[in-house]
Amino acid sequence: MNAVRRGLGNGVVQVLLVLVGLIWVTPLAGLFLSSLRSAQDTAKGGWWTVFAAPGQLSFDNYSALLANSGMTQAFWNTVLISVPTTVLVVVLAALAGYAFAWLDFPGRDAVFLGVVALLVVPVQIGLLPVARLFGQLGLFGTIPGVVLFHVAYGLPFAVFLLRDYFAEMPKEMLEAARMDGGSEWRIFTRLVLPVGRPALASLAIFQFLWVWNDMLVALLFADSSAQPLTVALQSQVRQFGSNIDVLAPGAFLSLIVPVAVFFAFQRHFVQGVMAGSVK
Amino acid sequence: MTATLVKEAGPSPARAAARDRRPRRRGRIIALLFAFPALLLLGALVVYPVLFSIGRSFFDASGTRFVGGENYTEMFRDPATLKAVRNTAVWVVVAPALLTGLGLVLAVLVEKVRWATAFKLLLFMPMAVSFLAAGIIFRLAYDEDPDKGVLNAAVVSVHDAFQGTSPYPEGRAREGGTLTRDADGSYRTRASAAPGDSVALPLVGVPPKDLPADARAAHPAAARRAVPGELRGVVYLDFTPGGGGEQGRVDPRESGLPRTKVEAVRDGRTVASTTTAADGSFSFSGLTAGSYTLTLPASNFAQPYDGVSWLGPALVTPAIIGAYLWIWTGFAMVLIGAGLAALPRDALEAARMDGANEWQIFRRITVPLLAPVLTVVFVTLVINVLKVFDLVYIIAPGPVQEDATVLATQMWLVSFGGGNNQGLGSALGVLLLLLVVPAMVFNVRRFRRSQR
Repeated sequence: MNAVRRGLGNGVVQVLLVLVGLIWVTPLAGLFLSSLRSAQDTAKGGWWTVFAAPGQLSFDNYSALLANSGMTQAFWNTVLISVPTTVLVVVLAALAGYAFAWLDFPGRDAVFLGVVALLVVPVQIGLLPVARLFGQLGLFGTIPGVVLFHVAYGLPFAVFLLRDYFAEMPKEMLEAARMDGGSEWRIFTRLVLPVGRPALASLAIFQFLWVWNDMLVALLFADSSAQPLTVALQSQVRQFGSNIDVLAPGAFLSLIVPVAVFFAFQRHFVQGVMAGSVK
Repeated sequence: MTATLVKEAGPSPARAAARDRRPRRRGRIIALLFAFPALLLLGALVVYPVLFSIGRSFFDASGTRFVGGENYTEMFRDPATLKAVRNTAVWVVVAPALLTGLGLVLAVLVEKVRWATAFKLLLFMPMAVSFLAAGIIFRLAYDEDPDKGVLNAAVVSVHDAFQGTSPYPEGRAREGGTLTRDADGSYRTRASAAPGDSVALPLVGVPPKDLPADARAAHPAAARRAVPGELRGVVYLDFTPGGGGEQGRVDPRESGLPRTKVEAVRDGRTVASTTTAADGSFSFSGLTAGSYTLTLPASNFAQPYDGVSWLGPALVTPAIIGAYLWIWTGFAMVLIGAGLAALPRDALEAARMDGANEWQIFRRITVPLLAPVLTVVFVTLVINVLKVFDLVYIIAPGPVQEDATVLATQMWLVSFGGGNNQGLGSALGVLLLLLVVPAMVFNVRRFRRSQR
């Protein structure tokens, strides 16, 4: 009796979760199928009509997108912004994290606390002053400008995460290395970085994702030749409705990279996002 | 670049052997070189801007006149920024609570199925998608036209399944003909009819291509006489394709209008109702003798239901919160699920042994034990919700933008998007900072405790 009831309850749970799953898949499927339909078909009816008339599907929108030099340029800009940012954040934060964890200098813990305090600073507050500063330095509108801004605002969390991770390393291990006469640089590259690899990987993935998906920072700091895909697409959103044959494949192209990263590095990805959520 | 800088400054073995005080000072210099690049960037691009913005927020739009706290009072006086403050409050009250609840329920339920991992992956995946792409996805889904937006397509088909569609939204009667129009959109016969009568009710305006496929000519039915006690008639389209025919008469090639609702009304009360057959004919039998008015109710001519205006001023914020749920539910579920997996099994088992049912276990044991995790999820979401920008910016259509605006979008609009008041913009940025502080302090303390 109890078993029957439990079985029945389980059936209800299964149905419920399948429904929830469908709700999650549908909007994404809608985007993907829309990206494969011509503007004329889209004007005539919804994407679900493809199930009745699969002949509508073609990759024409994608070839048009790839032939559009503005869009391909924007795609490469996204790469040129997110890859250097990720590398810089990880390297600078690892250096600083090691210093805060294991090197001795006056006011170390106070400075570290100060860095952690910067976690609260929302990106918004930096926009205006940094725009002025970059204007004076000639960095405004350029890719290096966008990268520097991202690096600066990625650092508080990155330093915080890596310092705490490095501090967990056994003290004896480091002291043994120092006794052997290894320089700090050697210890850092040969010992600390390899041991810290899981944290570095999670941080790198989180940071890459964050910058790849950013729109706000690039909206202000990148001019039209430096703009990433997100900014190029948002300018198209103003005419929403008439240009779904551009927007849908563009959005799909921009999300396929992080989604691929997600499926390739599930564990690090989830850890990175979980840790990064403090941000 | 940084790496070479540090490398060159690294100690060489020859110097390291020098006097006792030197290595310590050298150690400090090395330490500073390790931390310096990060500290330089943080100082120039984070610390300085915060101080600058705080200072700037006490000056007017042009930045030349000191106005004290005026920008901060302006925030709550100006209708646009006040709207942003209100909307952000709605976001903070609604979204984190909904997400935590939803995440909790799903985390508990998903443990009961064998494909839990696949389900978690699916729900977590939107975390990889940018707000921009999610915004485009939901602009598509929320499209008001039921032939474009999947949500309205679903709403309309559910609505029509229950309410039925009106058969002839364009149908009407000729002015001064057999039928007159009432204020509610229904038509009634000008002359009264009695059992034993046979009436013809002409309508126009229905394009012949919109006629149902099963509609047949009305002429044969119109020619039939009523049997005693029966009140019968036809509802037909008073239009002969290709011309000819006479107005107000059922001509041979004119079509009946099937599935039209007809009511017999006596003394203002509907006493009988029926719908027409494929040839437009209808018949009432068993009516008591007397005079009746025949009515074609307004539902025959109602405009088709268009669904919900998701992105209209009234619903735009809930609609955007809906898109936000799509992105973050997986996060809440996975984090709570991790907490769930760490719960002491024996507490749950003991409760089961004592005969507690699943609901009691959930309510009395799982939720209280999970309280710390739930708080973390909630606080994290509060921080993120306060800063929501892209989704609102993308999903709210231009004219509705001001109804959906939140602090972050308003700050953008005021500073860069035409408002050009960087004093007020800075004040909004500072407000955002102040709102984030308590939540962030809580989260960092929790994180550091969990690391110990």
